[in-house]
Amino acid sequence: MSQLIIDTGNHIAGYACKAAKADVIAAYPITPQSSVVEQIADFVEKGKMDAKYIRVESEHSAMAACIGAAAAGARTFTATSAHGLALMHEMLHWASAARLPIVMAVVNRAMGPGWNIWADFSDSLSQRDTGWIQFYCADNQEIFDTIIQAYRLCEDKRVRMPTMVCHEGLILSHTSMPVEIPDQKDIDEFLPPYDPPWILDVDKPVTHGSLIYPEWYMEFRYFMDEAMKNAKKLIPEIDKEYGRKFGREYRGYIERYRCDDADLVLLSMGTIGSEAKIAVDRLRRHGFKVGAARVRVFRPFPKEEIQNLAEGARMLTVIDRHISYGMEGPLFIEVKASLYGKEDGPLMTGLIAGLGGRDVTYLDIEKIAQKSLKHLEAGKVTKEVEWVGLRR
Amino acid sequence: MSEKPKSLKDLPITIISRPMTGSAGETGFWRTFRPVVDRSKCTNCLLCWIFCPEGCIERGEGDVPTVNYTYCKGCGVCANECPVRAITMEREG
Repeated sequence: MSQLIIDTGNHIAGYACKAAKADVIAAYPITPQSSVVEQIADFVEKGKMDAKYIRVESEHSAMAACIGAAAAGARTFTATSAHGLALMHEMLHWASAARLPIVMAVVNRAMGPGWNIWADFSDSLSQRDTGWIQFYCADNQEIFDTIIQAYRLCEDKRVRMPTMVCHEGLILSHTSMPVEIPDQKDIDEFLPPYDPPWILDVDKPVTHGSLIYPEWYMEFRYFMDEAMKNAKKLIPEIDKEYGRKFGREYRGYIERYRCDDADLVLLSMGTIGSEAKIAVDRLRRHGFKVGAARVRVFRPFPKEEIQNLAEGARMLTVIDRHISYGMEGPLFIEVKASLYGKEDGPLMTGLIAGLGGRDVTYLDIEKIAQKSLKHLEAGKVTKEVEWVGLRR
Repeated sequence: MSEKPKSLKDLPITIISRPMTGSAGETGFWRTFRPVVDRSKCTNCLLCWIFCPEGCIERGEGDVPTVNYTYCKGCGVCANECPVRAITMEREG
């Protein structure tokens, strides 16, 4: 029987790891991630989870241990934040190039200095090109459901790429919400055991990650890009199947809220996307045709879905909780790239907001929308990129 | 890979190598110094055979170690490990 529990985003990530029956967990604690692995350690210690919990001396080692375990055929899990993820950087490439389906919860936190433990996408978005699939969640139920879906996706023989399931530090990590934990039998049916294409086996020895000359290196990188394209196709299919089985789906890539007849669409990721719904409701009450679109997957990027979204809208306002110094917000960059060459495209503006955990409330989003509506009325954007609430 | 791939279809999902001799070619030509075993000092303890990282020391009749110069890269680990200093590294050429 399914069970309704009330718990924090981090503990729920731990519940998802248990429900997915991960065999090996290797992790190093870091704020605000620590309670993810504390929860898992508790499950393992109390015998509620049949898994090997490996304590390591750093995040680099945590990922290395996951790589070794996954190469031996185990289902693996880890979790980290900010500087821990940055320290893993080298190993992230090893995991994806070895095509190991490791699932990691990333509890998004700002990079220092200055030292800051609050929500910011600068940690995971800095890992954009490591070959990891990236999901961004907006509530605790979504964290659970996405981790289960992530294993199914990344272990598929057409994909075999590691996956990050991201949720914002403190906003979700330490906030309790009701979450439905499905019956274990149903999860087992949805998520069969991992069936690796090759494993480290002393009786049939292989080496992975060995030297490769320029004449064949590119081909393996091509395979990785193809795997991402396969993931692109599979994400909505798996989500739909999950929906049929458990009654919840996330419409694949983009959660659209009142976008159908919207002139202005507010695009964002994570919890800003939830907050934007409240702003949309309030603006709708005053007759403004505004909608909100929350991008759930950053890699593979939903290019076609963005194009589809842009077809109906006259303006897209993109809110980023990260800045790529010297350019713009990463989501804004990708949205613009997705619409390159489209004639009569919508007006676009990019906002940098909520860095280092600064609160982005529905009132802030309402103000952003009202400014965009003025641009829409004037038919042009005066400033392409603006920083929201910057002290002057 | 034991055989050279001809097309994408012959490749595994990622870079996997299986045990074989000389997948990177005849690496002996990388050598700057060659290990030379002095048979009069050698006690046939086989430490060199154990420590050689490339498996280039062959264990012959009566545990006599012989260096395979086709693949030995001349790293010098054997000379360093030899407890009776029976192996010297001599400059090639």
